[in-house]
Amino acid sequence: MSKYETVIGLEVHVELSTKTKIFCSCPTDFGSAPNTNVCPICLGMPGTLPVLNRKAVEYAIKAALALNCHVPSYAKFDRKNYFYPDLPKAYQISQYDLPLAVHGYLEIECDGVKRRIGINRVHLEEDAGKLVHSEFGDYSLADYNRGGVPLIEIVTEPDLRSPAEAKAFLEKLKSIMLYTGVSDVKMEEGSLRCDANISLRPVGADYFGVRTEIKNMNSFRAVQRGLEYEEQRHLEILSAGGELVQETRRWDEDKGVTYAMRSKEEAEDYRYFPDPDLVPVIVDEAWVEEIRKSLPEMPEERRQRYMAEWGLSSYDAEVITASKAMADFFEAVMADYHDAKTAANWMMGEIAKHLNAAGIEINESRLTPAHLLELLKLVDEGTISGTIAKTVFAEVFESGKMPAEIVREKGLVQITDEGAIAAIVDQVIKDNPKPVADYREGKAKAIGFLVGQVMKLSRGKANPELANRLLRERLDSQLD
Amino acid sequence: MKITQEEVAHVAMLARLELNAGEMEEIAGQLNDILEYVDKLNRLDTTDVPPTMHVLPLANVFREDEPRPCLSREEVLANAPEAEDGMFRIPPVIE
Repeated sequence: MSKYETVIGLEVHVELSTKTKIFCSCPTDFGSAPNTNVCPICLGMPGTLPVLNRKAVEYAIKAALALNCHVPSYAKFDRKNYFYPDLPKAYQISQYDLPLAVHGYLEIECDGVKRRIGINRVHLEEDAGKLVHSEFGDYSLADYNRGGVPLIEIVTEPDLRSPAEAKAFLEKLKSIMLYTGVSDVKMEEGSLRCDANISLRPVGADYFGVRTEIKNMNSFRAVQRGLEYEEQRHLEILSAGGELVQETRRWDEDKGVTYAMRSKEEAEDYRYFPDPDLVPVIVDEAWVEEIRKSLPEMPEERRQRYMAEWGLSSYDAEVITASKAMADFFEAVMADYHDAKTAANWMMGEIAKHLNAAGIEINESRLTPAHLLELLKLVDEGTISGTIAKTVFAEVFESGKMPAEIVREKGLVQITDEGAIAAIVDQVIKDNPKPVADYREGKAKAIGFLVGQVMKLSRGKANPELANRLLRERLDSQLD
Repeated sequence: MKITQEEVAHVAMLARLELNAGEMEEIAGQLNDILEYVDKLNRLDTTDVPPTMHVLPLANVFREDEPRPCLSREEVLANAPEAEDGMFRIPPVIE
């Protein structure tokens, strides 16, 4: 890639979590039976009039403010005209030249490098319906439940320089959208969708190369892979002295390739004009400030606070604050706990591990802050060892039972009785002459193995410090 | 400003209108008459006049975010020429 620089811009659609659609009072519930959340307005019946949902405007402004955008005082809605049966009206109500918000940015970090990515605009529009195609391609079926669900379209400047940065941007964007609470951001339910533009240009050039647009990438990973594929394809064409065609390409997840979509050249001619059915939106400063005040503490501010207040490292604070649900959980624990580092290690270790394995977010699990608090206290009080705590946690995660109850039921209370441990230690010394000899010959590391044997024999219940001390006492004294 | 036959053909295609050569010429003429008439407005000095986005003296007409009953599935599909599994059955759409 030394000769060329990659230029990427994203268009991200985020569905807003309003209860009703943007221009009518139909519910926005996901997964309802086809055509049960529709009315004459979202079906585009003649004689109906759309009326804007105030909440949708507020959510859009809230998202825009979280993306550091400017909110102009005057916005309007326009009709984007095209014939495609996912829109019963033959136009989509969107925003053209006067969007709700402009000129924002988002700070991302990728491979240790921090960069500021410009946001060109954030506008409000209605979602389209869903089409299902018959197996043999002889007909299609239209479900308009999704038609009219409020969307914001976030358009970045062409500031991204690699597919990995594009993925980092999306992850940060998702985190921010979850923080603001304007969307549940579930890519698998289509509440976040992303199209990407990519082009290559000689390093140092001040113009853009011919770009292609990629569609149909259904995960952040797919966005990165799709862009990597296109980057390589552009590079090969340019390196061979060829010319690229500006076109829209579709990502095929299974084959791992993009291919050109059949589309007419004129298809992009949308003949926008102001929607005469909708009056302008005037957003005064007082309204913007009111919405700004409703913004929660953003991940970056939280990260700074965790470092200052609890002495967490920048890395730990970053990992925990990336997800609002994780950060909220952590704060609930810290309200009753003193050792932030230990709590953070649990969040990033066992908890993250189990959540990843189950493929869920913390707020979708049975785990509550009370579970972790009790578990930490059991360890701190010496009732169970750190090793046993992991076993207990696995069961807490599965069953939602309280840790103390599990410890009681399974008899996992730590052995702190010196006599009991001493007996095990003697047994281990007897059974392992080789490591014992090694230790006595000065191989200090052998003690680790022996402690491990004590733990094993006690099925993890021996207090490790006590086991360690008793082992050393016995081995050292027998040296004399 | 003179509208060409090619532009008429393009706009007709976007609007999915099928026009024969005679109609094309007729409509080009009509569109030109309209544009010429509108062009008269350009002779006015509008330097200090804000663009008219809307003719109504209204702004910020909102509804609250409260669900209300939808149509029944029967009503929704009552006028559909064809339906299947609760959906509108339409000619094939291939991307």
